[in-house]
Amino acid sequence: MFGIKADWSLEVFERYFTLDDYSAGGDVRWCSGCGDFSILNTVHRVLRDAQVPPEKSVAVSGIGCSSRMPHYMGTYGFHGLHGRALPIASGIKSRRPDLDVWVATGDGDCFSIGAGPWLHALHQNMDMVVLVFDNGIYGLTKKQTSPTTQQGTKTNTHPRGSILPPLNPLTITLGITNVSFVAQVVDWNPPLLYETIKAAHEHRGLSFVRVLQRCPVFSQEFTKPMQENPDKFVLLEHSEGINIDDNVKRLFSNVVEHDPSDWLGAMKYAKDEENMPLGILFKDPDAIVYEDHSSVGLGMTNEEKVAGLNAAFDKFSI
Amino acid sequence: MNDQVIKPTEKPQQIAEHIVEIVSDSGEGAQKCGQTFAGICGKMGNGIWTVEIIPAEIQPPARTPAGGSGNRIRMGSKIMTNMGDEADLVVGFNEQVLYARIANGAYKEGTIVLLENKWASDPQENIREEYASAVAEFRKNGLIVHELPLEEECLKIVSNARKGKNMFVLGMLCRIYNRNAELGLNEIHNTFKHKGDKIVKPNQDLFNAGYQFAKENLEYFYNIPAYEGAEDVLKNVIITNGNTSLGLGVMAAGMEMISMYPITPATSASHYVADVFHNVGGFVHQAEDEIAAIGFAIGASYAGKTACTITSGPGMALKTEMIGLAVMAEIPLVIVDVQRGGPSTGLPTKVEQSDLLASLYGEPGDAPKIVLAAATIPECFEFVIMARKLAEEFRTPVILLTDANLATGVQPWIRPEIQEEWFSAPVDQSPWNKDIPAYDWDEKTGLSQRPIPGQPDGMYVLTGLSHTERSKVSYNSETNQITSEHRSRKIAALQSTLKPPIVHGVDSQEDEGDLLVVAWGSTIGAIEEAIDVLREQGNKIASLHLRFMSPLEPGLPEIFSRYKKVMTIEINYSDDLNAPMITSENRRYAQLANVLRAQFAIDIDCWSVVYGHPLQPGMLIEELTKRLDAVNVN
Repeated sequence: MFGIKADWSLEVFERYFTLDDYSAGGDVRWCSGCGDFSILNTVHRVLRDAQVPPEKSVAVSGIGCSSRMPHYMGTYGFHGLHGRALPIASGIKSRRPDLDVWVATGDGDCFSIGAGPWLHALHQNMDMVVLVFDNGIYGLTKKQTSPTTQQGTKTNTHPRGSILPPLNPLTITLGITNVSFVAQVVDWNPPLLYETIKAAHEHRGLSFVRVLQRCPVFSQEFTKPMQENPDKFVLLEHSEGINIDDNVKRLFSNVVEHDPSDWLGAMKYAKDEENMPLGILFKDPDAIVYEDHSSVGLGMTNEEKVAGLNAAFDKFSI
Repeated sequence: MNDQVIKPTEKPQQIAEHIVEIVSDSGEGAQKCGQTFAGICGKMGNGIWTVEIIPAEIQPPARTPAGGSGNRIRMGSKIMTNMGDEADLVVGFNEQVLYARIANGAYKEGTIVLLENKWASDPQENIREEYASAVAEFRKNGLIVHELPLEEECLKIVSNARKGKNMFVLGMLCRIYNRNAELGLNEIHNTFKHKGDKIVKPNQDLFNAGYQFAKENLEYFYNIPAYEGAEDVLKNVIITNGNTSLGLGVMAAGMEMISMYPITPATSASHYVADVFHNVGGFVHQAEDEIAAIGFAIGASYAGKTACTITSGPGMALKTEMIGLAVMAEIPLVIVDVQRGGPSTGLPTKVEQSDLLASLYGEPGDAPKIVLAAATIPECFEFVIMARKLAEEFRTPVILLTDANLATGVQPWIRPEIQEEWFSAPVDQSPWNKDIPAYDWDEKTGLSQRPIPGQPDGMYVLTGLSHTERSKVSYNSETNQITSEHRSRKIAALQSTLKPPIVHGVDSQEDEGDLLVVAWGSTIGAIEEAIDVLREQGNKIASLHLRFMSPLEPGLPEIFSRYKKVMTIEINYSDDLNAPMITSENRRYAQLANVLRAQFAIDIDCWSVVYGHPLQPGMLIEELTKRLDAVNVN
């Protein structure tokens, strides 16, 4: 319990944070029935349970419905440019490893316009949680095809049905060298969502979480079949994975044991588009974390800097 | 030796200055030779200015005009501020590489060419023919060509003359210009000592052989005395190019992050810093692309200390959306643009001043920001420190413009005394006053303080959307109008703190005259040298060099009003009124001229070219003489 140490003595903490501390207050303006509410509330809970001081947390986003999330957080936030949340988040982390960085992005923001930064952020593996709110459609700009739109879905840019089969973000993510945490979850199962995001937050490195998310306005057909038929999923279970409550487990007929350190196994589940995996696909706690290098020399004194600078000038003296 | 054996001279001829070029195929070491020679000249108290001659490719085909690689060194008994006019003496490792230099107008009648003669006996007939016809052509054009057995002489010492011929040439040049051979030998020792004696010794032998060869076979023997006061200056001087100056500036400003993507001619600044940044607690991040590079810098700035991104024209184009974000959300950031020829990929290794308008107006939407232009190599250092301070004080991105000429030009300058006040303050993590909004705009100046993540009670969500003082998204029309005013007013507030620029060449700042030349950036040396010559001839001409491009320095209309005609000289494109199709209605002006005409509604003329090389005093004197005649006729 919070505040009680193992020897049962009570340490008085000046600050205890409640859910309200992580919320910006005021209206949250997503459409009614939108899966984003569930993700937002879960993030608030994970932060509250970890007791991260709100001023130490930064929510970074790109552009899109998902990317409004920082505005609903009581933490610091950075609502950036379309597709560019990850370089900004990485820059924040680069010299401030003490900050708790969260990224909210969407299937268009991350997999389409942000595809370059997506791959390189995975490669850099900076310690942050990246939540992709994947509803298989562009929402804010009103129903255009996204990389994960199901083939044949009629959109405003493909009124006769989208042409290509959807991109598989999981296999791409798993394919990046130095990737350290890959999970998939759905927004409509709060216990599973909580456990997955909590595990992502606890992992040191870039935790990539694809959240399959309901868009009741533009892409009901994307999630509806999944909601109606949990058999479309295979639930990944392991002692190194997420903690799954028996009540949750009962919902799924396909539950398998999968060790998250097994990359080949992860790839096999990621590839299976008939039985989509839920839970942690892959985890590598030993991957290189870029800010361990980019934060070199933090806290160097002015005297040390003057000495370093003088040595630099000495090299050009004649 | 061939038929042009020359009598050695015993006593050196005293001269005030010379321009030397060393040109080889890429990879033959002419650049190293040139840099080392320039360093020796600097140490002996000469003013120097060097320009790199760089092919755009790493390994261009051998013996081609496009492949020429090397160095131009202007040295003399005064401080040198520009590359000068045509060269006096050239060392060519083959004849083909000289063609491009000739096309650039680098040589004149009487330029001495010391040319490798091994091509005359090359096994391939076409090479022999090319060589013979080039030599004949050079001579016909008035170049004084001496065909020298450089390779043959080197082979007496080493088995592969391709590696080491440059040190032989260094020895030759040291003799020709009466340089202290010890300095040359020391330089070689310092350059190669990490490779051991096995490498040091043959290179020193080659140097000595070159020195001896020149002594015994060449009539050229010059002495360029040190400039007055050189001895004192030398005690406290450093020699760098402009990109190294930028790098030193980043460190001296206390910035701890350069986020960059490789691009010519900017990258060498980051190379330099990457090597030493850890000694002052900083890190060079190589991003996946130009947009990510500035995004990363913006993130680092937002969360702590102001960061820096360094790029060139094509990179600037990619960064525009991020620059707009930094303006809109008021994020301090230093953006260095080492300008090259454009548009598009343009001329990667050549100089141009074509990014001024893009820097001022590149972003869709109104995006006022501070734009500075360094004119000299020391200013590349000083202006980075100033840019960081301005970025924080005015909570804005600052663009610092330099160019390829500054980037690769090498000059001695007085070593600055490091001041701790240059460094940025530690990241403030004290509690923020809850009553103060994230954008507490001062009504008059538009200025405000920023909360930094980690500061309790300072929490806000930065956004590129139109926002209120609490950084809440606002589509309210009033908000956008008012916040646009605030952002613009910051630039005016900065201008109110600046002094009018100094007019160059005049006896008093109230001087009146026929023609005022206004310019910016790396052209300062050539322009002021030309102005000095023209004034000595009795012309009423002066020049003005701007450092602040946004805001402009104050007092310009008053200065302009004292001259009959005002014109800019720039290295960017403008239409010539005499060209086909061009009329006063459609003529496109050079970029600064454009800005000044728009701002002051004064008929400011311009002269600008985009040959890709630095301006030379000679060409300016010629052009300005015509302009002066025209002013006086009208």
